Amino acid sequence: MIALSDYLVFGAVLFMISMAGIFLNRKNLVLILMCVELLLLAVNTNLVAFSHYLNDVQGQIFVFFILTVAAAEAAIGLAILVLVFRHRRQINVDDLDELKG
Amino acid sequence: MSTLHTVLTIILIAPLIGSIIAGLFGRQIGRKGAHSVTIAGVAISTVLSAWVFWLFIIQGHEPYNAPLYTWMVSDGIKFEIGYLVDSLSATMMLVVTFVSLMVHIYTIGYMDHDADYPHDNPYYQRFFSYISLFTFSMLALVLANNFMQLFFGWEAVGLVSYLLIGFYMKRESAIQANLKAFLVNRVGDFGFVLGIAVIVLYFGTVDYAEFFAGLEQHRNDTIDFGWGPVSMITAATLLLFVGAMGKSAQMPLHVWLPESMEGPTPISALIHAATMVTAGIFMVARFSPAYELSEVALSVVLLVGAITAFMMGLLGLVQNDIKRVVAYSTLSQLGYMTAALGVSAYAAGMFHVITHAFFKALLFLAAGSVIIAMHHDQDIRNMGGLKKYMPITYWTMLIGALALIGFPGFSGFFSKDSIIMATAESEQFGAGFAHLLLVAGVFVTALYTFRMFFIVFHGPESEYVRTHEIHESPRVVTIPLILLSIPAVLVGWPLIEGVLSGSYFADSIRVLPEHDVLREIYEHDYHGAFNMVLHGLMSVPVWLSFAGVATAWFLYLKRPDLPAKIQQACMPCYRVLVAGYGFDRFNEIVFVNGSRRLGEFFWKVIDQTLIDGWLVNGTANTVAAAARNWRQMQTGYLYHYAFAMIFGLLILLLWAVWAIK
Repeated sequence: MIALSDYLVFGAVLFMISMAGIFLNRKNLVLILMCVELLLLAVNTNLVAFSHYLNDVQGQIFVFFILTVAAAEAAIGLAILVLVFRHRRQINVDDLDELKG
Repeated sequence: MSTLHTVLTIILIAPLIGSIIAGLFGRQIGRKGAHSVTIAGVAISTVLSAWVFWLFIIQGHEPYNAPLYTWMVSDGIKFEIGYLVDSLSATMMLVVTFVSLMVHIYTIGYMDHDADYPHDNPYYQRFFSYISLFTFSMLALVLANNFMQLFFGWEAVGLVSYLLIGFYMKRESAIQANLKAFLVNRVGDFGFVLGIAVIVLYFGTVDYAEFFAGLEQHRNDTIDFGWGPVSMITAATLLLFVGAMGKSAQMPLHVWLPESMEGPTPISALIHAATMVTAGIFMVARFSPAYELSEVALSVVLLVGAITAFMMGLLGLVQNDIKRVVAYSTLSQLGYMTAALGVSAYAAGMFHVITHAFFKALLFLAAGSVIIAMHHDQDIRNMGGLKKYMPITYWTMLIGALALIGFPGFSGFFSKDSIIMATAESEQFGAGFAHLLLVAGVFVTALYTFRMFFIVFHGPESEYVRTHEIHESPRVVTIPLILLSIPAVLVGWPLIEGVLSGSYFADSIRVLPEHDVLREIYEHDYHGAFNMVLHGLMSVPVWLSFAGVATAWFLYLKRPDLPAKIQQACMPCYRVLVAGYGFDRFNEIVFVNGSRRLGEFFWKVIDQTLIDGWLVNGTANTVAAAARNWRQMQTGYLYHYAFAMIFGLLILLLWAVWAIK
């Protein structure tokens, strides 16, 4: 029997990994998009786990919404990424500092 | 409207119309048109003033006080233009218009050629416009029945004086002189305005009649300037007197009058001798009911006048500019008038104003005639022996000089002698001291007057006179001289009795019985004008003036080497006199440099450093500096923003957990 805590630990680890991916990655913008997706999946894991243990289906319905939004967000993110690449001929995160004050 | 009202309006307006026509259409009407129209205006005023004089003085008409036009009513205070005609203003009107008419005629000759302006420049029309405007302003001042109109006239004559002193606007010295006159008069006018303000505050009116009516009720009022209560009447009268000190050039506000000689001679005669400078005396005499109530104010007036009379006379001794000699004598005579006011002998002061107007205008115009003959050279050392070349100028100037020194029988004798007798009779604080100064002043007056007279007309002919052709001035110049010399001799005779008995100015000047020194003289010492002349021949002042003439004759004709020796013997005295007691120097150091330094302080320290540097630019610089530092936080890297967000969220979360627990 897998306990609730195992799912929560798994979700937290997944969350931390994706966080680290956002902070540490200096090269590839695609990686950041992937990490954002992973963040959402980590949260989804938690929702599904609680839904199952609390016998409440609402959590799973919520997951569907999040997945839908995540798909849309990934589409927009990739579109921006393509534009950035067209514009600058590269997607190196360290060089994307136009917002610098 | 009664006939009198219409006549007064015409008297007031005629010179103004002349001035406007000559001033605005000078080029179109030409020189002849300009002097014709202004002289016509002033002549109308003179004739009608003579009628008003006849009506009020000879016929004894009731004082006439009527408004012409209400300008506005504010907070219950009426601001009007109106006329107050009584013996005082009727007399002044006649004097002002008559002298002004003489000066207008004289100006045709004096301003004919001018080295300062090309012939096609309308300076000539401009000059006529100004002197007519002056006549209008002076009449407005004299006719006023309220403080507002008085102040209007007061400032208007000051303005015209400013314009005329600086008439030769290309001369540096003329511009400096008119600026000085204007600024010094501002000092006096500041006091004057404050005086009016005190009166408005306590009496709630600017009308003379209401002011006089309220005096009894307010006589014990006090006013607090921050150092304890003082009598309101004293404060108001002293403040008004500060204005009079400016306008009538009493020490220490006299410094502008000698400089005003930079203007053309006709206006020196009209404005800076006969009329405008006597406005202060006129004003104090007009408010005699108020001055009577303040012993302090009277004593101040007396001492200021007496000190001015004596000290300014001494300065006349060392001047070499013919106009400046006469100017210092004007200062000295104004001091006599002021001293007369101080011993409540207002009538005697006004009497001296009248006689002085005639003989001083005469002296100035005669000096101008000499200046014309000398081709606008004013230094008496370059003159000498002019008697045989200019007989009319010589005789008229002699009349003016004799009237000035108070030769028995001449107009100046009656007025000056009554002033001196009044100071002797008075029990006012300082009257004894003032009497001494005034008597000594008589000697000085005679000395400087005849010093100038002898040097100019009798002394050995100078290089200049011998090498140039000197001839008598044209008739437009000599006729005013002759016409002015008539009143300069005679005007004292008919007036003296009325002045001493108090009947002449009975309806305008009010003197408390215990102050009425003139009445005392009239009752005890006066036995007719002729007797006064005879008695005068044996009195100290007349002997002193004879001594002055004799001294002048001895020093400048008999032994011309002596003055230089005296000057050598007492170099410090000479230096003090030439420097005018250092008033100019003092003013320059304290006020001119002081205000310049103050201005520089405000400019450099307060404005540039504090306001501009610290407040305006300082704020902007601080914002810019802060922004320069804070913008470093915006690195532009995505992971920095993400880190900040997460980290912030974490702290918020920790705080939430902490707080809930």
